[in-house]
Amino acid sequence: MSRAFTDLITVGAVTDTVTRVPLVDYLVLDPEPHLAANQCTSCGARFFDRRNACAACFATSFEKVDIPTSGIVRAFTIVTFAAPGVPVPFASAVIDAGGTSVRGNIVGVEPTPENISLGMRVRLTTFPIGSDDNGTEAVGFGFEPEPA
Amino acid sequence: MADNVWILGITMTKFGKHTDKDIVDLASEAAMGALADGGVTMADMGVLAAGNLMGPGGVGQQIQKQIGQTGIPVFNVSNACATGATALRTVIMAVKAGECDMGLAVGVEKLAGAGLLGGGGRAKTDGNVWEPKGRYGAVTTTDGRIGTDTMPGTFAQIGMEYGHKYGGTSFELFAKISEKNHAHSTLNPLAAYSKRFTLEEIMGDMMIAYPNTRPMCSANCDGAAAAVVVSETKLRTLSLEQQRRAVKVSASVLTSDPYQEACQILPDVNTLTRNAARQAYEQAGVGPEDLDLVELHDCFATAELVHYDNLMLCPEGGAVDFFNSGAPWRDGATPVNVSGGLQSKGHPISATGIANIWEICHHLRGEAGDRQIEGAKVGLAHVIGLGSACGVHVLEKSAA
Repeated sequence: MSRAFTDLITVGAVTDTVTRVPLVDYLVLDPEPHLAANQCTSCGARFFDRRNACAACFATSFEKVDIPTSGIVRAFTIVTFAAPGVPVPFASAVIDAGGTSVRGNIVGVEPTPENISLGMRVRLTTFPIGSDDNGTEAVGFGFEPEPA
Repeated sequence: MADNVWILGITMTKFGKHTDKDIVDLASEAAMGALADGGVTMADMGVLAAGNLMGPGGVGQQIQKQIGQTGIPVFNVSNACATGATALRTVIMAVKAGECDMGLAVGVEKLAGAGLLGGGGRAKTDGNVWEPKGRYGAVTTTDGRIGTDTMPGTFAQIGMEYGHKYGGTSFELFAKISEKNHAHSTLNPLAAYSKRFTLEEIMGDMMIAYPNTRPMCSANCDGAAAAVVVSETKLRTLSLEQQRRAVKVSASVLTSDPYQEACQILPDVNTLTRNAARQAYEQAGVGPEDLDLVELHDCFATAELVHYDNLMLCPEGGAVDFFNSGAPWRDGATPVNVSGGLQSKGHPISATGIANIWEICHHLRGEAGDRQIEGAKVGLAHVIGLGSACGVHVLEKSAA
């Protein structure tokens, strides 16, 4: 199964076709963007990558489950010094999304200690991160503060 | 019942920049130092375990070619920041198993100028076409796009998570932990850095990953450490002076991280440390209240805080109060990192897990000079490597 899929974008009378791919395969773009995990059918442990067997109970059967798109910030850091080619500053966080821990950047606000707090409510958001030589657009995700 | 094991000889090189020595030179210096300290030679060793992470591999046999090729089994070990402790643990297991009555453990690293560790991810593939790769099906690098892979950022989040769970943390609190360790380092001539910093200097320094500024991160440097392990039965045949200076290994524990819900997102450095500590206290028959000093893995100021709790130096959730009480300062109730810790003594990764045991032994032998913790009888050394691996050793002064 191809991970790429096609969106139809209608601009006035012109119909253009843009192919989009998610940054990682656990980001699902349609119908509404969300994250999906591989859940162990035996114990319910969730993994964003593929596993040969469950790290918690060693069972080998998994099913896809959708992860809630909002949650709270359980930990964060603001990275101001990173490997070459990684733009800084950015805020990295651990989000508690309805009991499943998720990793992502805090976006939509300046990454400063004043703008981000432990326990803050955030929600998933997606954005294009660039196009390749074929015009395929990659879509990334982050978490933005949820309006009060 | 397996025999008790003791540290017969132990040493560490000066940590810092050793431009004129390669890893084999440094490891050989430490190994020969440990043998001399124990009053033994390579002819007495029945096993060699050598730890090194960033080098070309096979350092154990390279060391033998510089200090003595006797044909004994060599274990080259690599276990993240717990590599040195793992080398020591390997030798302890061999001696405990009765395979030999003496063995040598060495840890060495050259890291001066290594810069940021972790992060970066893989390079963009050829042809500039998005193509899913790896276990996450990523079309490009994820470091910086989906959180951080760097060590300072990872451990920053580990400290912040503790704050979220229990409250009471702040940038200033974490900086004060660093202030303590840099103050302690002024008494350690083997530390890579032995400069005292004011709280303002620490907080005002270059931010690496909030809330860790540069002096709150472990110092990359070169160094080696080595230890000679002996069985109790063998020790009793050695000289009274050797017996007097020998340090008892009351507990030697190595753990890995058991599955936890969030461990795929942020490494769980807590559970495996807590498990190791619990096993170590049980093995040694001592409790945290019995410890005269602790060397714990302060790879970042944010990490030191959580390990007060993980090593049960305070009640669960009480690490902030523990620090604020002054307990971990060298004149406090439970001195922590009187060597200066990884933040100032330095962190040549594979040497760290033996160097922190050397620090404990130095005090238990009463040989620590200006920084001696008076009357020290019991100490604990802890290291953790991400992935994860945790080593905890409890050491006791000889009764002889």
